[in-house]
Amino acid sequence: MQQVFTKAMARNIFLGGAGFFLVIYLALTYDTWQRIPIRDHADRITPAVARGKYLFDTNDCMGCHTVNGEGAYFAPELGNVYKRRGPDFIKAWILSQPTGVAGRRQMPNFHFTNDQIDDLVAYMQWLSNIDTNNWPPNIQG
Amino acid sequence: MNYQSQQVAKPYFIAALLLFAGQIVFGLIAGMQYLDGSFLFPALPFNIVHMSHTNLLIVWLLMAFMGAAYFIVPEEAQTELYSPKLALITFWVFFVAAAATLLGYLLLPYSKLAAMTGDAILPTMGRGYLEQPLPTKIGIVLVALSLLFNITMTLIKGRKTSINLILVGSLWGLALLFLPAFYFPVDTVKASYGWWWVVHGWVEGDWELILGSLLGFILIKITGIDREIVEKWIYIIIAMTLISGLIGIGHHYYYTGAPAYWIWLGSVFSALEPIPFIMLIVFAFKILAQRRREHPNKAAMLWAQATPIMAFLGAGLWGFMITLAPVQYYAHGTNFTAAHGHLAFFGAYAMIALSIISYAMPLLRGRTANSLAAQHREMLGFWIMAFSMGVMVLALTGAGIVTVYLQRAIDNPLPFMQVQEKSRVFFEIREAGGAVFLLGLLTYLSSFFVAGEYTYDDEAKKALKA
Repeated sequence: MQQVFTKAMARNIFLGGAGFFLVIYLALTYDTWQRIPIRDHADRITPAVARGKYLFDTNDCMGCHTVNGEGAYFAPELGNVYKRRGPDFIKAWILSQPTGVAGRRQMPNFHFTNDQIDDLVAYMQWLSNIDTNNWPPNIQG
Repeated sequence: MNYQSQQVAKPYFIAALLLFAGQIVFGLIAGMQYLDGSFLFPALPFNIVHMSHTNLLIVWLLMAFMGAAYFIVPEEAQTELYSPKLALITFWVFFVAAAATLLGYLLLPYSKLAAMTGDAILPTMGRGYLEQPLPTKIGIVLVALSLLFNITMTLIKGRKTSINLILVGSLWGLALLFLPAFYFPVDTVKASYGWWWVVHGWVEGDWELILGSLLGFILIKITGIDREIVEKWIYIIIAMTLISGLIGIGHHYYYTGAPAYWIWLGSVFSALEPIPFIMLIVFAFKILAQRRREHPNKAAMLWAQATPIMAFLGAGLWGFMITLAPVQYYAHGTNFTAAHGHLAFFGAYAMIALSIISYAMPLLRGRTANSLAAQHREMLGFWIMAFSMGVMVLALTGAGIVTVYLQRAIDNPLPFMQVQEKSRVFFEIREAGGAVFLLGLLTYLSSFFVAGEYTYDDEAKKALKA
């Protein structure tokens, strides 16, 4: 067996296999790229959504929360929070942090202006309309 | 150690272990915040602790991989490193940049750090593992280029073994796969899709190639087995890694906005991802069983033997449990994933790093192996860390199952925070596991200070005991 199956053959399986599946992945990615803007309603990414996302990232919201299941598991899912809580609750919640309840997980107060909070809500509203193949299983995220 | 320039690996290994200790401290703080949300708040909010924990992990592993490259490439190429001086300068640049970045996290609000470092020019901050400010990210690229230049020039002028080709090639891959870190579009679905090029590309692709080459190198050294056999195995294993893992990236695309065909593609191919880890176990045990010499460094042998097993459990088994789309529908975004992440990072990458350090550090200190007393201490450290990591992983799995059931599966699902409160006992067990892990790490680190080297007296004592 050892004489039949050489190292050169093993190397060729590695290079051939990797190359073959890389090409397939790139082709699939090209196709996915055409479909994503339809699935996530990219046409609804307004300047407010973009500003909200920038605030979302530069305050590292995903360091505690998840968005479509990605992020940290310290705080609730935000991909569908717009549908779960609605805009008024979200605004009031962000403004009232931290709760200061002893022992309870604390969210910092980020000192956002009202306009900034509107932008954040616009971003979360946009997130809530992405076609995620029916995930999460229910509104609790 | 055959070449003087291999000595540059030493500061990399020492820094890796220091940063590892830092990682564990932040892990304990984060775990404590799960139990008492007011702990260290508002000085250190959870997200800051979390990014310190994960970024230290990445940096110490990169330090260890770089040290491994500077140690292995000259030895395999049978020539001195192209520029040891450049390697040392690069070390200090990387170490200082990592320390400055960590201080930035700890001392400044994250949004202020973003504003001060030009994130508005090219937004890259605010996603998992890639929280670094723009100057740090550019620094990482420069450090990687310096490493690649140095080891590639060494490879060109020396012997081109398969181990060396795979190692140098996969370090090029590591650097290339970091570049999507600079791509962070407003379209969150595209951003997430591209984020996985870095994260999946590293830990479920390229880094497995690094793991394979490091393990192959160690096994050749400690067993005396013909390198043709070892290298053939490694090629087949890493072939399976990429054959399963390239399309296997689809298991990250089920529920993040990508098209539905990834549900099938991701499930089928990612279900194959444990195969290379099973092959790694068979390979390591077979090679060790057929060993032609008894290397005095038994600790390195233990690490090399345990790495494939722990990697299989963490990356293979725990990964498989949540990889199929119908399962992930419930397990996605829960501590089930955290359990998998902990055991996979520890079992595959922390342990291969500690394996090469275990083999190389005695040589860098001018001895074939440490004294038996030092080796026993090191192995005790291994067992405590492996055991406590197992406790943490089971606890996180328990917490994940509670979420799956109470928040996702039952008819009247509970809100997130209520479910978290009901998971409390698991977070307590996880924190206890973390504390024991720190003890294990301290035990391990203390083994470096147990004096003496392996001698024939040790050998005689062992022989008499047997």
